[in-house]
Order: sequence, then C-alpha cells, then structure tokens
Amino acid sequence: MALIAPRRASAPGRRPGTPLSTAARYLAALAVVGVTAVPLLFVVLGGFRTNAQINAHPTGWPHPWVFANYTRILGSSSFWRFLFNSTVIAVTATALTVVLGAMAAYALSRYAFRGREGLYTLFAVGLLFPLGVASLPVYLLLRQLHLLETWYGVALPQAAFGLPVTIVVLRPFMAAIPGEIEDAAAVDGCTRLGFFWRILLPLARPALVTVAVLAFLGSWNGYQLPLLVFNDQSHFTLPLGVATFQSQYSQDTASILAFTALSMLPALAFFVFAERRIVGGMTGAVKG
Amino acid sequence: MTTLDHADAARTGARPGPPGAGAAAPQGRRRSGRRLSVRSRWELALLLTPALVLFVLFVLVSIAAAVYYSFFDWNGFGPPTRLVGFANYTKALADPMFQGAVRHNLQFAALSVVVQLPLTLGLALLLNGRFRGRAVLRLIAFTPYVLSEAITAVAWLVMLQPGGAVDEGLRSVGLDGLVHEWLADQHLVLYTLFVVATWKYIGFGVILFLAGLQGVPAELREAAALDGATQWQTTRKIVLPLLGPTIRIWIFLSVIGSLQLFELVWIMTLGGPAGSSATMATYVIDRGFRRYQFGYGSAVAVLLFAVCFVFALLYQRFALRRDTAGALSGRVD
Repeated sequence: MALIAPRRASAPGRRPGTPLSTAARYLAALAVVGVTAVPLLFVVLGGFRTNAQINAHPTGWPHPWVFANYTRILGSSSFWRFLFNSTVIAVTATALTVVLGAMAAYALSRYAFRGREGLYTLFAVGLLFPLGVASLPVYLLLRQLHLLETWYGVALPQAAFGLPVTIVVLRPFMAAIPGEIEDAAAVDGCTRLGFFWRILLPLARPALVTVAVLAFLGSWNGYQLPLLVFNDQSHFTLPLGVATFQSQYSQDTASILAFTALSMLPALAFFVFAERRIVGGMTGAVKG
Repeated sequence: MTTLDHADAARTGARPGPPGAGAAAPQGRRRSGRRLSVRSRWELALLLTPALVLFVLFVLVSIAAAVYYSFFDWNGFGPPTRLVGFANYTKALADPMFQGAVRHNLQFAALSVVVQLPLTLGLALLLNGRFRGRAVLRLIAFTPYVLSEAITAVAWLVMLQPGGAVDEGLRSVGLDGLVHEWLADQHLVLYTLFVVATWKYIGFGVILFLAGLQGVPAELREAAALDGATQWQTTRKIVLPLLGPTIRIWIFLSVIGSLQLFELVWIMTLGGPAGSSATMATYVIDRGFRRYQFGYGSAVAVLLFAVCFVFALLYQRFALRRDTAGALSGRVD
C-alpha cells in the first residue's frame, strides 16, 4: 500500500517500543512465518526425498537428496500441458475481463445517459454471485452451448464473473480524471474513443494493473469450474492436474510433493514479481 | 487513484463515500445535454455491448436457467419435461444431508468470526509498527493466499495422513495424545478443515489489518498516552473503533467465503466421511454433477444463492452501510 497511498498517517515505529513489546512483536512475527513456511518447506523438501525416507520419517530432511522426482515430472508432458492450459485460460480470462471491463467502466463513468446508474447497479449486483456458487448452472449452460472441454468454456465465464469487481474498481478511478484533460484532448481533435485509448487508459494504469492481477489470480487458481468443464486429462489446468495427480498416485507421496511444489512455482514467481501490486490491490480492492 | 484514496480514507477512519460518489462522482460531459448525439450512441453501444453480452449470458442467464431447471425432475438427458413444482426445494430442505451441509457452513462461518478474527487481529496488533524484516514477513505471510486452494488441499492432505508429518511433528514434541485421525474422524474433520483454511487465509487477514492500522493516526495514540491511557485502553477505545470498517469487511469476506466453501473440502474429503464435512457447495456438485440430478442440484444451487444473497444484503444494510454505502446497492439518483 505504501507505494500507492501517500503515507500521511502515522509512523508508530517512531515511538520507542518497550523491550517487552518488541519481543512480543518478534515472537508474533516468528509464529506467523513459522506456521506459514513450515508446510511449504515440507512440500518442497519432500519432493527431494524418496518414499521410503518419507514413510520412515515424514518430517525428516532429505538424506540423501534425490532429484529424480522433480526431473521425472519436469520431463513428463502432462505437467507442461497443465501449465500451458492454465496459462492460456488465465491470459484469455484476464484480457477479456480487463478490456471489456475498462470499456464498460469508461462508458459508465464519462458518458451521461439515461439508465446509467441502473446499468452500473446491474453489474455491481453481480458481486453477490461469485462463480463458486454458480458453477453448476454455468456448467449446464456451457453444455447447452457445446463449450465443454474447451478452454474458452472456462475463460469466458471467469471473465464474465470477473467483470463486476473490475467495473466497480475502475469506474470511480476513471471518473476522477479531470474533465479539463478531456476538453483539452477534444480541442486538439481527439475523439472520445481516442481519448479513452490514448489518454485515459494510460492514466488509469495503476487501477488496470490491480484488476488484472485480481483477474489473473482468480482464473489461475480456479478449480471448481475446470473440474466440471474438463473430463479429458489433456485439457486439465494446473490446480485440477495437481488434485487429480494426488488421487491417482496417492501412494507415491514423494512424486505428489514434487508435483505440488512445482505447481506452486508459477504463482509464487508471479507473486514475488508483483508483490506490491498484489498486496496493495487485494487489500485496497476489497475495501472498495 | 480514487479507489485507493477511498481505501486510504477508510483507514484513516473517515467515512469514505461510495465508489463513484463524492469527489469522484461520475461526471458526464458537462456539455452533455438531455439528448445524446448519434455518434455518442454508437460509441456507447460499442463500449458497453461486449461486457453486457458476456455478463448477461453467463451470469444472469445461467442463474435464471438454474431457477427454471429447479422446478423439474431432470437427469440432464434431453430437455427437462417432468415438472415437479417446489418438490426439489422441499426435498432438499427435508434432507438431513443438506441440513448437515448448511450447519457445517454456519459452523465454519461462526468459527472464523470467533476464532480467526481475534487471532488475526491480535497478530496484526502485535506486528503493527516498523521493525526489521517487516517486508519479508509480509511476503511470507501472504504466500498461502496466493496459492490455489487445490494446492493447499493436496499439501495438507499429505501432511494429515495417519502417521504423516503432522502426527510425527506432534509426537516429536511429546504430544502423542493429540494424534488423531484428522480427516477420518467424523467429529473432528470439520475442525481439521477449519485449521487448513485458517492457515491459508490468516496471512491475508493480517496484512489487511496492518494496512488498516497504518491509517490510525499516531497523534491520537500519543494524545491518549499523554492523557494517561494504558496501552490496552488505547487499543480498545481508539485503535479498534478506527479499524471498524476493515473489521467489518473482513467479517463479510470471511462469512461469504465460509458459505461458499468447496475446493478444500472436495479435494480433502469429498464431504465425507459420511457427509460429516459436506458443505452446501459440495452437496450441489455431488447431487447435481456426480449423480446426474440436475433439477435437484439446481434447486440446491438456488438455495445456496439465496443464502449468500440474503446474508450479503442484510450485512450490507446493517453493518457495511456506513462504509461502502452504495457499493453493491448502487447509487440510485
């Protein structure tokens, strides 16, 4: 948040803390880190062990380190196919959500027309219907439309259900850009669509990044809809692939852990890369 | 910057206007009179149609279709023909499995408010302020939230196996008595799932509250301290009230999330053993999708909608009104 919001409030750290409160603070920090990191470490390290090692001592250290689990999964085509499917779906869903959402938010923020507030309300009410609740109805609709087993059968509904939050976040942002800028652009011969494309979108970039991150993570981590849409394993996304792998090879714990660890990597990489945006976006967006 | 400024305002305790209200009121062009030019109409159509088509088709039509199907006894093959009226609804409401599912959702929601909220808030209060390693902490604490529930579920499924990592961990610190069949014990499984969900979502909560705490002016605390307030009094009387909007949003997200709980449960237990961890959402998928009772499943999905919808409206009306008035209900002119 610090990046985005001016830190006008406070710096509680200036207050010299008592040694006791400092100790408590570090203890709390340690607890959070430990509780969070230990399961993740278990998964990653477990991937470097054999099943015999894991069965003998579930929590032990790899001894010796075994790379076979990871190399086998990295050498299999299914992991890469899941990764590819997830990427195609998440990129499509994100692009659709952001592009269509930005267009609609522009119309709803900078054009005056009858029914505008009603239309906005319609989209905003969509916030109350998350995809998780609607997956069975969406599945039946997709079946009707012959969209099962297709990647857009997942991407299109994800984009549709992502539109409400996108529009709710973008509209006030776009509305706040001063009318003088638009007037100046008009004087210079810019059409309203030209203004949208060449001036408004670049100005709205921080908000666009926020909604794009939300849409991408939502799609990337989706499990319920792909579960219903895909039956053919070659279409599976990463979350679906991990869960299926676990149930198919439930005895091969080491491979499951290696597969799980590798599946975490893309999301973790994305997170490290866009940490400020994600944390800022999530904590900012949910407070609307 | 408006949205984030709103968020900032929420943190400073000021009442943020609804998105799109106040300073950021959507302005039509000032020259816009009553009538739109032909060109503007075309532009509007071009800008709004794609989003509207997608939204109406997948969100509104699918929900309307679910309501329609819910009145049929339909196995999904061929068009629905056996109209049964409200029979699916009465059947669901009378089914002990469904009642159990509703109860589990409510238990989960109650647990998160009673257990997770104080825990999260307490950690955030302890962690508030600047200290070495804060950035690293933020990074690590947020990680589980970024991972998918599917990955979380698989990782914990492995760790919770009988004789698995959790059991060995407990034994190694001498707590043999605590070892249980975490996922196979009907009386325990829901709490096990709750712990896993807490692991996944607590970091998000802590960071949300830390962001909120940044907005509590240091001057207020200093003034309180000068007036002789103890740390506890300051927290209780100044910090927590100013954190109100953040707490209310957290409760909202948490309860809605509890009502929709699906992926963790589906992957870890499929709602079992014997339905002891079934939730409304797993019940919908189990009956509708796996057993081809599409009419019945649709009816249960509609009930699930209704529960979430009613909660959201009531909460919006009574708790969130001051914070986000109009965010969901729209700003009616």
